[in-house]
Amino acid sequence: MRIGVVTFPGSLDDHSALRAIELAGGEPVSLFHGSTDLKEVQAVVLPGGFSYGDYLRCGAISRFSPIMESIIIAAEHGFPVLGICNGFQILCESHLLPGALTRNSDLHFICDDQKVAVENIKTPWTAGYTQGQEIVIPIKNGEGSFQCSDETLAELEAESRVVLRYVGKNPNGSRNSIAGISNKQGNVVGVMPHPEQAIEELTGPGDEGLIFFSSILKEMVGR
Amino acid sequence: MATIVVEVMLKPEILDPQGQAVASALPRLGFTFAQSVRQGKRFEITVAGDPTPAQLAEVEKAAETLLSNPVIETFVVKVEK
Repeated sequence: MRIGVVTFPGSLDDHSALRAIELAGGEPVSLFHGSTDLKEVQAVVLPGGFSYGDYLRCGAISRFSPIMESIIIAAEHGFPVLGICNGFQILCESHLLPGALTRNSDLHFICDDQKVAVENIKTPWTAGYTQGQEIVIPIKNGEGSFQCSDETLAELEAESRVVLRYVGKNPNGSRNSIAGISNKQGNVVGVMPHPEQAIEELTGPGDEGLIFFSSILKEMVGR
Repeated sequence: MATIVVEVMLKPEILDPQGQAVASALPRLGFTFAQSVRQGKRFEITVAGDPTPAQLAEVEKAAETLLSNPVIETFVVKVEK
């Protein structure tokens, strides 16, 4: 099962994502931002980091990279895409997901273990969780405050498209404590916290993030 | 040569913590005039000669697709000589 991870100039967590895919039992495939070639992967992860130095807006320049042309077309036809942190920002800038990520309300860069609830287990990335399951995965960003219009917020809630929600104190001013969302079809998911950094006890707060990667592997076999 | 200026601001309903931080720093320096501060971006684009309507239309398009994010921001385009 080939899962791709895109490296943009300034990506940081691409190797962590590749490692998570491997640990979950998949075949990790490195993809490059400057090429349109998806190398026959069956799903793709846009990793965290600071692509293009976060210049202009986070994700704004990456969104126009050659690989994103292929990903946007594929995603519109049901191809599974997971955006983590900067990857989430790129998905919003690409309009594959609604809303935008803005500066944390207290202006601090937050780096912490964060408890979140998995509120939508109908996506291929979260199917292995139980509905409402609370997991602890790291959060590390300066611009993670999810913002959108009132109509979009109402739509996301009504259609149960909130994938992850912060539990306890809202860390960054995100509307409705939203930590992750999906598109209408559910194949495109963006999350601010980092599941790929919680895949084993030794290097993270636990291994509860690994289920994102084992879920997609299981879902793709089922197709 | 003229300069086309694009000014980008966060929409009024979007929280602007940077502007708020500036607003709360001003009184510390003795500046007490500000009720609130909003922070934005300014792009200065140089073109040869007077900008044509076609060029301005292109800049509008660029402002809409790249220079601003219409989900959270608004922009204005103007010409400075």
